[in-house]
Order: sequence, then C-alpha cells, then structure tokens
Amino acid sequence: MSVSAALAVPTVAPPRNRQQWLERLAGIGFSSPAFLLLVVINIAPLLVLLYLSFTNYELGALHTKFLGLDNFRKAVADPVFRRSLGNTLVYVAIVLPLGVGLGLLIAVLLHSRKRTRSFYEVVYFLPVTSTLIAMATVWQFLLHPSLGPVNGVLRALGFHEIGFLSEPAWVLPTLAAIEVWHLVGFNMVLFLAGLSAIPRDLYEAAEIDGCRGAIDRFLTITWPLLGPTTMFVVVTTSITAFKVFDTVAVITRGGPMGSSEVLLYAIYLEGYQYFHMGYAAALTLVFLLFVLAFSVVQTFVLDRRVHY
Amino acid sequence: MATLPLPAAPRAAQPITPVSALARRAASLLIVHMVLIAGAIVILLPFVWMVITSIKSPPEIFAVDFSLWPKHFNGAENYGNALSKVPLLRFALNGLIVCGGILLVQVLVAVPCAYALAKLRFPGRNALFALVLLGLCIPIQVPALPLYMGLARLGLLNTYFAIMMPFFLSVFAIFLFRQFFKGYPDEIIHAARLDGMSEFEIVWRIVVPSAWPAIAAFSVFSLVAHWNDLYWPLIVISDMNLATPPLGMMFFADAESGSNYGALTAAATVLTAPLVIAFLIARRRFIEGITMTGIK
Repeated sequence: MSVSAALAVPTVAPPRNRQQWLERLAGIGFSSPAFLLLVVINIAPLLVLLYLSFTNYELGALHTKFLGLDNFRKAVADPVFRRSLGNTLVYVAIVLPLGVGLGLLIAVLLHSRKRTRSFYEVVYFLPVTSTLIAMATVWQFLLHPSLGPVNGVLRALGFHEIGFLSEPAWVLPTLAAIEVWHLVGFNMVLFLAGLSAIPRDLYEAAEIDGCRGAIDRFLTITWPLLGPTTMFVVVTTSITAFKVFDTVAVITRGGPMGSSEVLLYAIYLEGYQYFHMGYAAALTLVFLLFVLAFSVVQTFVLDRRVHY
Repeated sequence: MATLPLPAAPRAAQPITPVSALARRAASLLIVHMVLIAGAIVILLPFVWMVITSIKSPPEIFAVDFSLWPKHFNGAENYGNALSKVPLLRFALNGLIVCGGILLVQVLVAVPCAYALAKLRFPGRNALFALVLLGLCIPIQVPALPLYMGLARLGLLNTYFAIMMPFFLSVFAIFLFRQFFKGYPDEIIHAARLDGMSEFEIVWRIVVPSAWPAIAAFSVFSLVAHWNDLYWPLIVISDMNLATPPLGMMFFADAESGSNYGALTAAATVLTAPLVIAFLIARRRFIEGITMTGIK
C-alpha cells in the first residue's frame, strides 16, 4: 500500500509515509471523542433498551425475570397502548395533509409576491421559533369554552360553544390544529426553497405552449418539479406529528377519557411515572420501529437535499 | 391589396384584453392577499392575545364582552405576580446555560470528527460514518430510558449535566459539517501541512473559519431545539431551580391550575420573548438554520 503511494509521488516518499501515519493517528484521535459519546449516548442505551424489553424490570425492584416476548404480547392486548397508537396515527393523519397542503398553498401564494413576501414570511415562521409549551397555555385560554375568544366568536355567530379541549371528539383535531399552526411556517420555507429552484423560463415556455391559467401552470410545472421537496416535507411532517408530546403533557394529559393519549405520553407514564422499565422499553422499541420506517426514507432524501 | 391590414384583426381585439386581464389580475391579487392576511391573523392571534392578556386586569379577562385593548393597565401587577411566584428569570438563565453548554460541546466534538470523516484516511472511517447516518434516525426518546437509569444510579439527576449530557454528541452536526468540509480545497490543506502545521491547527485555524456559515446555522438550530425541548428536562429535573423555560412554564401552569391568566400569559411572554426577539433580529439566519435540517 505504501509502495504504490511512494511510486505515485516519488520525490516526497519518506515524509509521505510519515504523513500517512500521522493522518491515521489524527483521524482516530479526532473522531474518538465523538465515537465514545456515540457509544455512551446511543449504542449502549439501545442495547440496554433491547435487553430491558425482554424483562419485567422495575426501578428499585429486587427481582427481575426474563419474559421473552411477553411485554410485546401485553402491549398488543393493552387497551391504553392500542388507544395511544391509534390516536397517534389519527393525529398524524390530520396533521399531515393540512400541514403539507397549507404550507404549499402559502408558499405558492408568497412566491410571486415581491414587496410583501418578507413580511408574510416572518409572520408565518414566528410559531416555529416560539416555545410550544408557553403557546400551548395561550391556546388553552383562547379555546376556553366560556372565557376564550374563539368560542366568543362562535356564540356571536349564533353557534353553540364547543369544548375544544374537553369533548373527546374534539380533542385530537384541536391538538392537531395547534400542531399545524406550529409547523406550517417551517413547511412553507421548505416549499419556498423548492419553488425558487424551478427555472423561470419553464413558465414562459409553458405560456407559449398555451398553458395560461395559474392552476394549469401549477399542475403542469410546479407540482411535478416540487416532487422531491414534497417528499421531504411529507416525511419530516410525519415524524414531527408522530412525536407529539408537549401539547398533550401540558394541556390534556391524555384526557378526557383517554381521547388524547398518544404513544410518547404512554411511554412517559409507564417509564417515568409508574417505573415499569421493561414494559416502557418494549413500547419504546415499537415507537422506534415507526420512526425508523419514516427515517429510512428521510436519510435517503436528506443526503441529496443538504447541498453544502 | 398588399396594404390590407391583416394583422389588424388581433389588434382590434386588444383594447378589450388588457382591461379584462387587468381586472382579472387585480381580482386574483385581492384573493391572494385576502387568503394570506386571513392566515396571518390566525398565526398571530395567540401572540397578540398573549401580550394583551398579560397587561389586562382579572375582571377584564373574565368579562363576557371582549375588548382587545385593556381599559386598565394591569401589566405591572401581572408581570410582578409571575416573577414573584416562580423564578422566571432563573428559568431563562437555566435555558441559556443549558443551550450554551450543549452547543459548545457539540461543536468541539463534531468539528474534528467531521474533518476526519471528510479529509483524513483512517481505519474505521466508513463504519463510523455509517453509525452517524444511523444515529440521525434515533430521536432522544429512544435512549432516554437507559440514560435516565444510568444517571439515577450515578446520582446525577437534577443537575445541569443530566439535562445536557444526551445532546453532547450531535450526529446531525457531524453530518452537516462533513458535507461542508468536503468542499474545502485539498490544496490548501496540503500546503498548510508542508508549512509544518499540525492537523489540529489546520482544523481550528484554517478550516473552521471558512465553515462559519454552517456553524452559525447549526447554532441557531441547536439553540432553538434545546431552548424549547420539554421531554428530556421533564424526565431528569424535578428541582424547580434547575428548570428550563418549557419545564418552568409547565410548573407554573400546574401551580396556577389555569386560573390566573394574567400572570400565566405574562410568564409565557417572558419565556417566549428571547427567541422571538432573536428571530426578528436575525431573520435570515434563523430561517436558514432551522430549515436546513428537517430534523427537530
């Protein structure tokens, strides 16, 4: 190996060998802190998690039994877990089309604005930077049955007031709406970046070819060329929605009557409130499985998207 | 015959087209702005409501008829109330300490590793990069349980270290910086080596200054993510004096049980303000930093 290197650059042969040796040493030295942290923070915990999921370990328990797959069988039969997973998927099913669709709509409308664009951009992006927990408290107030202005408007229009966060049928859609409010600006910016990558002459060419209406233009050029961006936005929105926790923890705590129990909240309760570590580990693995399914696609797309 | 105005036919139609086109353009512009403004109102409503409620007095907050602007300015009482009931400024300071500590270690660890992955040949490089890609897919909620047990066994719960530790390694930073470093010209690195610079000096004195945009964008991403994170601090912190802003907000909301909206919104305003103000000052950097990732 060093022979071929020496032949390639014969004049600097001896330092080249030393250089190679130094390079290896530097490479190992530079990457070892990261590698050690990777082992401590990710790899070892993952192995421990896997082991725990086969046991009935509880924090502070004296005896731990090996259960095999019992935790997973228990999960399948557990009404709380089934409801949590179902609610989480319903939540994703509401957030995904709204978050992506509205993000795309705003981006398309904004893209052709010149003077007002940066103003709208700042407004729509504001929720992304805000602290969701604090804003969730404000939303709770806004949607309050008697004190909130939203129900005030409904009353003024002659409708009945709605218990957005107290009626089981309304809770998940309401939490999903708050999530859409929180992430639509993020999706908008991703779509705007995708839109500015579409060459302008394509639109001119299409116009010459008789493609005149805005909707025509959108369907023949914008939508197909936005494909990769849309794909990316769909994946990130799914993962974000699947990880719903904050609003549930601070506003509803799974209620009323379990109608807003979600997967991460169930894991949080089992693991850190009831200390059923073994069972929580099994649920975490189920959670990971879902995220991985989304993430495999994401890493794939991300690799092509980040162009630094 | 030759002067027959053949092209005149389309021209005759023209006086109609521009007017109708103009009208249509104006109408579509109107619709576009109406949609955008309606959306903007929904987006801004919670912020406006938060700030206004934080300066209203309780009778006005609970009044049945809504008024946007308060008749009696009660801001001093509400903010004073919030500040005296919970250590709000302490929460903000904790947020600053935690975010700063995390970011510092993240950059110190990720930069050399990313440089090694991008520019140095060493055994195990491809395996390490594969692990980094794998790590991108694992959210904090997955290793959280074993990490919590480990920290509990070591007696490290309720410490700044416990809040920061799982985030010391950012595989995303490694991935991002590696992409950036890969584009750095090899010739300059070779020249620096011939000048007798060590690899350590090359990284921190030559490559890093050129990677400033990537580091700035990552910093914004990291700060926003960890200032707003609730899940992990909720698990490892029960001492209110160590609470980060979201956790502090949650303590406060629990303690008030949702009755004192004036103080509650005052607290929300104080804890949301730092990031929002920073965002308004450095808009481009924020939008760039947060969206370059897609990972939250």
